[in-house]
Amino acid sequence: MKIIRYVLYDILRSRMIIGYTAFLLLVSAALFATETNASKSILNLLNIVLIVVPLVSIVFTTIHYYNSYQFIELMLAQPIERMKLLLSEFLGVILSLSAAFLIGIGLPVLLFSADGSGISLLISGILLTFIFSSIAFWVAAITQDKAKGIGVTLLLWFYFSLIYDFIVLFLMFTFSDYPLEKAMLGFTALNPIDLGRVFVMLQMDVSALMGYTGAVYKQFFGSALGMFFALGVMIMWAVVPLFLAIRVFKKKDF
Amino acid sequence: MIEIKNITKQFGKLKALDTVSANFTEGQAISLIGPNGSGKTTLIKCLLGMVIPDAGTIHFKGSDVTTSCDYRRDMGYMPQIGRYPDNMRISQIFDMMIDLRKNYTTQLDEELINAFDLRKQFDKPMRTLSGGTIQKVSACLAFLFDPSVLILDEPTASLDPVASEVLKNKVLKEKNKGKLILMTSHILSDLEEMTTDIVYLQDGKLQFFKSVEALKAATNEQRLAKAIASVMSKGIQVQMNGMNGNGHTPPSPKEFSRTVNRREMTIKI
Repeated sequence: MKIIRYVLYDILRSRMIIGYTAFLLLVSAALFATETNASKSILNLLNIVLIVVPLVSIVFTTIHYYNSYQFIELMLAQPIERMKLLLSEFLGVILSLSAAFLIGIGLPVLLFSADGSGISLLISGILLTFIFSSIAFWVAAITQDKAKGIGVTLLLWFYFSLIYDFIVLFLMFTFSDYPLEKAMLGFTALNPIDLGRVFVMLQMDVSALMGYTGAVYKQFFGSALGMFFALGVMIMWAVVPLFLAIRVFKKKDF
Repeated sequence: MIEIKNITKQFGKLKALDTVSANFTEGQAISLIGPNGSGKTTLIKCLLGMVIPDAGTIHFKGSDVTTSCDYRRDMGYMPQIGRYPDNMRISQIFDMMIDLRKNYTTQLDEELINAFDLRKQFDKPMRTLSGGTIQKVSACLAFLFDPSVLILDEPTASLDPVASEVLKNKVLKEKNKGKLILMTSHILSDLEEMTTDIVYLQDGKLQFFKSVEALKAATNEQRLAKAIASVMSKGIQVQMNGMNGNGHTPPSPKEFSRTVNRREMTIKI
């Protein structure tokens, strides 16, 4: 697993990760400095994290994959297994992205608001980093062309952050005569960003603002089983695309 | 040492390799020749596991190459177009490769690095290097770990005459040590001095695989380039039949004249 070292070395030199860390640090510092109510800051931070973390993770990973293409080609002629190579690339990327997140968001949160909601924000941020990196690896392994790969990942991000919400709202509106609470629980599982949001929101008191659906959510996700479910589904979201990426990568021609 | 059985590979509609079979043994220096796009590089990449064949098997020292990647410890590969991480320096590339492969080799073969005087340029980033210098780096890396199989894809294509001579001498030296050398080239005069056997590929099919002596004897030519030209241009169906050691059908006359026209251009250099 020496390869990870070279992957990390390569990533750190691109300075993109440092910029990402600095940006997160700036945002969280600003939010904690301007707001006296810590849990309100967490809520604001959550909204930013839910947009920025998936976006940066998916785009950075895709760009990194295509930029490492020469390195990957070089390694393939060496006595190194393809799965090990891809996993090293993956670990290198998520280690650096997670480190950036933990310094940029984790440090301020632990300093100013180290309670349940703060910790759950960190967990959900790290999981989202994993999930969107592994989706990016899958897309990049399938797509040969760099521009197309980045396009597809951006589209996926757009879908998960915006389009999905529209679809859900549309469904809620259309079928408002029917009890949709249980179905909404299912819908949430289809979008990791939503899952991340619910996971954090339920640690705060704001879930009361979410109305009847919120109550159902709280009843379900507030329980140990619900937490376990949310974590399990998120881990699935991280593992399944990675598994598919490995499968594609193993059969790929270079 | 390497047994290739019925390897087939298709890229979309193009059949890059069509049921190619061959056995390569130690001490052979084999030249893969054939027109552009005839499947030479694909065959090489199949041996290295970079391209996964659709059908057929490759065995290295008796074990299937798809089961483990360890066989590549014994291989040195010099790609046609070496592609390296842009922002690494030459020295960093070498350090990295040594770091990744040092467990498998005790003795590093730095002869080529010294012969090319590459250390002078060790601080240069890969992206600033000329095509020839990149080829020198590729060549040094291929020989560095003293592998028992050397796979050289167009080794002398963009090297200057001095460097080209240095590399040829090195190849000869390693061949005489009993290593298996597999190379492709369009410069037949370069192959003349280094080769013991010729593999001719056309449209993904193996047309013949014969030793240089057999080829020269069959064509009554003293020089390899002329022998190959003769095989190609005289349209000697009889000789082709005689030369076909691997049970492959010779090309039809129509196919063959196409071969001739394409080949002649390269051979006349």
